[in-house]
Formats: sequence, C-alpha cells, structure tokens
Amino acid sequence: MSYFVIVLGAILVNNIVLMQFLGVCPFLGVSKRLSTAIGMTGAVAFVMVLATIVTYLIQNYILNRFGLAFLQTIAFILVIASLVQLVEIILKKVSPPLYQALGIFLPLITTNCAILGVAILTIQKEFNLLEGVVYAISNAIGFGLALVLFAGIREHLDLQDVPKGLKGTPIALITAGILAMAFMGFSGLV
Amino acid sequence: MNQWKNFSKGFIKENPVFVLLLGMCPTLGVTSSAINGLGMGLATTFVLVMSNIVVSVVKKGIPDKVRIPAFIVIIATFVTIVQLTMQAFLPSLFKSLGLFIPLIVVNCIVLGRAEAFASKNKIGSSAIDGLGIGLGFTFALVLLGGIREILGSGKLFNLTLYSENYVTLLFVLAPGAFIVLGYLIALINRIKKN
Repeated sequence: MSYFVIVLGAILVNNIVLMQFLGVCPFLGVSKRLSTAIGMTGAVAFVMVLATIVTYLIQNYILNRFGLAFLQTIAFILVIASLVQLVEIILKKVSPPLYQALGIFLPLITTNCAILGVAILTIQKEFNLLEGVVYAISNAIGFGLALVLFAGIREHLDLQDVPKGLKGTPIALITAGILAMAFMGFSGLV
Repeated sequence: MNQWKNFSKGFIKENPVFVLLLGMCPTLGVTSSAINGLGMGLATTFVLVMSNIVVSVVKKGIPDKVRIPAFIVIIATFVTIVQLTMQAFLPSLFKSLGLFIPLIVVNCIVLGRAEAFASKNKIGSSAIDGLGIGLGFTFALVLLGGIREILGSGKLFNLTLYSENYVTLLFVLAPGAFIVLGYLIALINRIKKN
C-alpha cells in the first residue's frame, strides 16, 4: 500500500476522532481552549508513535513467536501504561520545558483509547513497521486537526447566544456532528 | 447504603453516559443499531461486575502505589475473556463491534468504578454497583442505538418499521452519533431538573 494513501486516509477520510470515534474523551475534555488542545495533541503524537513501535515489536517478536496472541489486550495496555510513566520520568529529567508543556496531559493518555486503538489497528491491518509508524503519525495529525478545529469553534461558541437547554456538552456534541459531516465530504478521496 | 438505591442510581441520576459523560468512544462508535448497543452494553456490564468483585476481594492485598496498574490488569483479563467468548459464540456481533471490544479496557467507566467504588466497599455492594452502572450504560446505548436505527435505517432490532425510501441515512453515519447524543443529553438534563 502506498504511503500517500495511508496518510490521506488516516488524516481526512477515516479521521480518528470524527469518523472512528477513538479519543473522543480528550476531544470533548480538553478542547475548550486552543492552547490546551495543541498541548494535548503534542503529547498524544509523542506517545502514539512510541506505543505503536513498541507494541508492533512485542506482537511480532514475542506474542506471535510464542503463540501468545490471545494476550494482546493485556500486553498492550500494560506496555502503554508503563510507556506513559517512562516518558513522564524521562521528560522530567531531560527536557523540563517540554515536560511543563505536556506534563499534565501525560497521565490522561493511558486511558485515551486512540493510543490502544491505533496500536491494535496497526496489527490488524498487517502493516510493516515503517507503514505502522507512518500510520501512527498520520493519525496523530488527524487527531490534532480535529481537536484544533473543534477548539477554535468552541472558543467562538462561548460568545454566542446558545439556547439554555443546549449549553455545554449538548451544543459541543452537535458541533462535533456538523464537523463530522464536513469530514464526510472527504470520503471517496482514496 | 440502601441496595436498591445503589443499583438504580446508574439509570438516570448517575448514568455514565448521559450525566457523567464517561465512555464516550464506544457510546458513539457502536450505536449504529440497537442490537449493537445491547451487545456492547452487556459485554461492558460483565466486565464491570466481574472486575468490581475481584477488585473488592483483593483490595487489601494491593499496595496503594500500584493499585491502578493492578486494576488495569484485572480489567484486561475479563476483557480478554469476553473477547474470546464472543469470537467463538457470536462471531457476527464480534465483527460489527470490532475494535471496541478490546477497547473496553480503556473505558473510563470500568476503571472509574474500580477506583471510586469497589476499592472501598464490600463484595456484595460492589457487584450491585457494577450491575447497576453497567445496565445504565446498556440502557443509554440501546436508547441511542434505537433512535439512530429508527431514523437512519427505518428498523428497530432489525424489524422493518417503514420503507427505506424515507430514511435519513445521516443518522447511522458518524455525524448522526454526535447529534443524537447531543440532543439526548439536553433532554436528560431537562428531565433531571424537574
């Protein structure tokens, strides 16, 4: 499969948040301000790529080799949880400014289904390692695109006169629906 | 605590989807039909009840510092059981729920109940809490799936209600999930106020 198709498919056509519904919790939770949305995107991108590489190696060199494929879910979630901890510790020592920027988002990422989702999808789609990395980066960009667009809209939404019953989450969800509708325009592109 | 109250709080008052806004990914992802919602809801309920029971049994033996990873392993074990069982006996449902079955592991509802309830309470009330919250989640998923199925494909539980010429396909596609859930939450807020 060509890399172009993977990139375009993951960012626009099958956008991870708006079309596949992975990572909806941070999508709704940290999208109130543009700056936090960008911070969250950075943290997700970082962990998503690392997690995809590590889980790929574990799946192909440990689980498949020893016939332990049924342990996939347990192995992957443990790897992701410890990876997040490790990244947090390393960042704190190596790059305090980056830690300051991403720090508060890192613990939230363990329960972000986008990370585990992309790791499992990479295995299911039978990508090789390089394709998997490209797929993870594209999905992180897709996540960032949806999150930043949505945060921008929500900042404007604060100033609008929303009907009382729809204030807060309901209007946010309806906005996300309209955004998803816009992304449907990309279907058939690849 | 009154056990009936403990059980029934999950339906409206502390409904995980409509009120606590947890577990949004499977809620939006699998509810293109009522039957998918029911399958996902019951799978999650099983995991919730079993992990709540195990967590409340072993809570004294787990050091406080490693309790979250320990809970995650317990939850992942039951998710794997559900995954393998469903693959063997309900292959078509397993196929349509797809990725969202292994993703029960990262469903915040399950970890949330283990941390907030089961790690502090006795086995009996933990099991009832898991059952109540799980069935509340199932209720939300079936409601959302049912509405989307009726509007989007003119059916309910695969029974045709009206001709396919009049359906609004949008509702079974991705945008419909967000929009229907948005209006449902607005409605529940309204009901809760009265």
